[in-house]
Amino acid sequence: MLERKELSAVELTESVLARVEAVEPSIGAYVTVTADIARVQAAAADRLRAKGLGGPLTGIPICQKDVLATRGVRTTCGSRMLEDFVPPYDATVVRKLQEAGAVMIGKGNMDEFAMGSSTENSAFHPTRNPWDPARVPGGSSGGSAAAVAAGEALGATGSDTGGSIRQPAALCGIVGLKPTYGRVSRFGLVAFASSLDQIGPFGRSVHDCALLLQAMAGYDANDSTSVDAPVDDYAGALSGDVRGLRLGIPEEYFTADLDPAVRACIEEAIADLERAGATIVRGISLPSTPHALAVYYIIAPSEASANLARYDGVKFGYSYHDGGGMWEDMERTRQHGFGDEVKRRIMLGTYALSAGYYDAYYLKAQKVRTLIRQEFDRAFERCDLIVAPTTPTVAFRLGEKSDDPLQMYLSDIYTIPVNIAGLPGMSIPCGFAQGLPVGMQLIGRPFEETTLLRAGDAYQRLTVWHQRRPELAAMEAGS
Amino acid sequence: MTTTAIDYEAVIGLEVHAQITTRSKNFCSCSADYANAAPNTHVCPVCLGMPGTLPVLNRAAIEATVMTALALNCEIPLHSKFDRKNYPYPDLMKGYQITQYDEPLSLNGWTEIDDGNGGTLRAGITRVHLEEDTARLLHRVDSVTGEPYSLVDVNRAGVPLMEIVGEPDLRTPEQARQYLLKLRQILRYLGVSHANMEEGNFRCDANVSVRPRGSTTFGNKVEVKNMNSFRAVFHALEYELDRQSTMMAAGERIPMETRGWVEGENRTVSQRSKEEANDYRYFPEPDLPPVVLTPDWIEGVRAKLPELPDAKRARFVQRYGLSPHEADLLTDSRARADYFEAALADADPTDDAARRSLARAVANWMLGELARLQNAHGDEIEAVKVRPQHIRELVAVIEGGAISGTQAKDVFQKMYDTGEAPGAIVEAAGLSQISGTDELAAIVAQILAAHPQPVADYRAGKQEAIKFLVGQVMRATKGRANPESAGALLRDTLGG
Repeated sequence: MLERKELSAVELTESVLARVEAVEPSIGAYVTVTADIARVQAAAADRLRAKGLGGPLTGIPICQKDVLATRGVRTTCGSRMLEDFVPPYDATVVRKLQEAGAVMIGKGNMDEFAMGSSTENSAFHPTRNPWDPARVPGGSSGGSAAAVAAGEALGATGSDTGGSIRQPAALCGIVGLKPTYGRVSRFGLVAFASSLDQIGPFGRSVHDCALLLQAMAGYDANDSTSVDAPVDDYAGALSGDVRGLRLGIPEEYFTADLDPAVRACIEEAIADLERAGATIVRGISLPSTPHALAVYYIIAPSEASANLARYDGVKFGYSYHDGGGMWEDMERTRQHGFGDEVKRRIMLGTYALSAGYYDAYYLKAQKVRTLIRQEFDRAFERCDLIVAPTTPTVAFRLGEKSDDPLQMYLSDIYTIPVNIAGLPGMSIPCGFAQGLPVGMQLIGRPFEETTLLRAGDAYQRLTVWHQRRPELAAMEAGS
Repeated sequence: MTTTAIDYEAVIGLEVHAQITTRSKNFCSCSADYANAAPNTHVCPVCLGMPGTLPVLNRAAIEATVMTALALNCEIPLHSKFDRKNYPYPDLMKGYQITQYDEPLSLNGWTEIDDGNGGTLRAGITRVHLEEDTARLLHRVDSVTGEPYSLVDVNRAGVPLMEIVGEPDLRTPEQARQYLLKLRQILRYLGVSHANMEEGNFRCDANVSVRPRGSTTFGNKVEVKNMNSFRAVFHALEYELDRQSTMMAAGERIPMETRGWVEGENRTVSQRSKEEANDYRYFPEPDLPPVVLTPDWIEGVRAKLPELPDAKRARFVQRYGLSPHEADLLTDSRARADYFEAALADADPTDDAARRSLARAVANWMLGELARLQNAHGDEIEAVKVRPQHIRELVAVIEGGAISGTQAKDVFQKMYDTGEAPGAIVEAAGLSQISGTDELAAIVAQILAAHPQPVADYRAGKQEAIKFLVGQVMRATKGRANPESAGALLRDTLGG
């Protein structure tokens, strides 16, 4: 519409900002709304478009997860610790999206330091699922996912360490893509677990995600773990053709934990893809899958325990002072600045790395990690993509799992192995169960995001799930 | 020293941290040259450890470390990695230090040192690895309230630091001193570190234990810190040897601990117990890929190694006929050795005797007057105004007999003060040369008459003979003749 000049970027941004004002009280997708910045950026986008310049993202309103550093705009990471932290630098992804002309509506709410699966761990407020405000949007990128689902942004960024893009995308009925580890620069992404973290896009359609990823991906000299490999033409690869594509179905992802209604949706989606010409390869085996959760809860907290050591009140962020001396101030800063889940993981990680335990936990976990990678490698000899559910259930109720960390952790069992192996994974809407969205997960070979996107887009050409809007959204939009 | 009946020896291993003189810091592009900078001016989000920032490895620091390791005869594994060393302290911006734990850049080296007994000792090097420096804490007291407080200067944080871990092969404080001198010399030869203890870019921690001489077991080791000079290391180790020997002789158990050297009091004091090991919870640094080197690259670095002190010393003895002691002094620094060789630059390469004779004369000047004046002025060789070729010229002037030994010293003093060439000084000082051709011609005639043999030699084709005759002219004129004019006139007169 922007390209056809039926709508100006300023008009679009104003309508999204109005939408934000209308639905935020019931959704709470944003930690910070940056209306002034959005208006300036939208005006700039219109000037660019008037000159016939700009790209597909010029003037498109997006939500940036509050884990990404934004110069001059506070970046809280959902934590008291960084409540007033204003970075003097932009994350590479923020800069790239800005350069692509995207308009930042605000900073998306999240579980504190991206630790959580429900966005209930935000230090500020929970975010609610637009499909049912009594339910969680998933997490940790719940704000970003809810913003897109509720029409408070056309696209969003998220970060995915164990499923934090794919799981909320599934629970909010939108598309969320976690790229291959190293595909997108992590510079400016406040680190949770450095060897697992990866930034990716949210969109209503696979096509939107392709456009966002195009702008985000690529080597960055500021991130030594970003990979210097050419970036494909993602949108250009969306041929709608899945004929001959071999889709592997791993039995380990269809276990008793999987809600039968969710399972039915996935099976239906697989049948749709088969009808479209894809080859279904059953009996793909990833036998170490059950260990992935354990591996994750060793490696991620271990890395987090070091990554979060810098928050000591000495240099930036929240700082506790009562004259009790340096060490006491540092301890109290961390005691008051961090929430329970963050403290829990710092303790877990500190323990796992301790002398005498390192070999039994961290080292063992790394070995199993290698095993999991190898199993995926072998599976991809027989198929081009793996199809699985994104989550075992649909969105759960606020408070339902917040007192039971283990139950909360289990909501990521299907997404975690993908991070462990560093693979690209995408969740796309594939139906509804109990009136709530269900997500199908596509997992690809390293740096084959194109294959994921092509299959996902082909599926969306056949189905209408992604066109459905939550009632809340429909009501507000119609008003 | 100890006076106990049993003879004890020290077992000493040194850990040296040397700042690498790269242009930028180890993991960001901030300038690493902060020596004269105001606090917290060489900082950026990366070295401040701000959220979301990532380290990017400085290749030059890798090369400097590998070069040092090669100079210390280390093995260079093709695969190494960085690790996080976790401990909370306000000088540590990220709450962990990026260092190398179990796969360092180099292993198993050695260096040969003076054993303090007229012999040499091969001191083992466990490893040389690369890490980052911490910020500097400045402890102050509030002038009004009297409350102590601390300031953090982050300029130093992230500066590349190589850690050279030595084997416990040293047995005396003197050997420890010799080892440090040797490391410093090598680092400076390589140009990879200023290696200045007083400036804090070359730091030493010592692990020291004692045992009855002849024993092969190790006693409980004590780590000594806070030694800011070579002298301090020597005295701290002497103190520890004495303290531990006395305790051992009295049957006391020596606790494992960290002790600090107290400069003014000439003693070490206990800082903290090491009975329970610190747990640094090392794990691989996920933000940096492993370092993968190729044999070709390593050989390329090896090819860049300059001639090292030991080799240079041996060559000086062999080629210039210097004594080992003279060669030692002249190769003390690369700059001094280069200066020496620059002074010999146009010596006839085929004439061993002439080269050695010139080398001897230059060495005498450098180790005598030049060294004396350098000491008096506190000048390093790099700051000396006397150009190497001026020393050569001075030697020629003296050999020509133009000036006396006493005069030469005065001339040298002026050379040192002004940087002028000896010829110019001789002239200005009233030792001025005869320029009138008539006066010179008369003297030339006298000389030719007095020395028929060299005259005959020259006429027979022996060009060298002219040198002798020029010398005689110079002597007769007390150096006031211009040797070149004299030579020309001699040739003319002889019908050259």
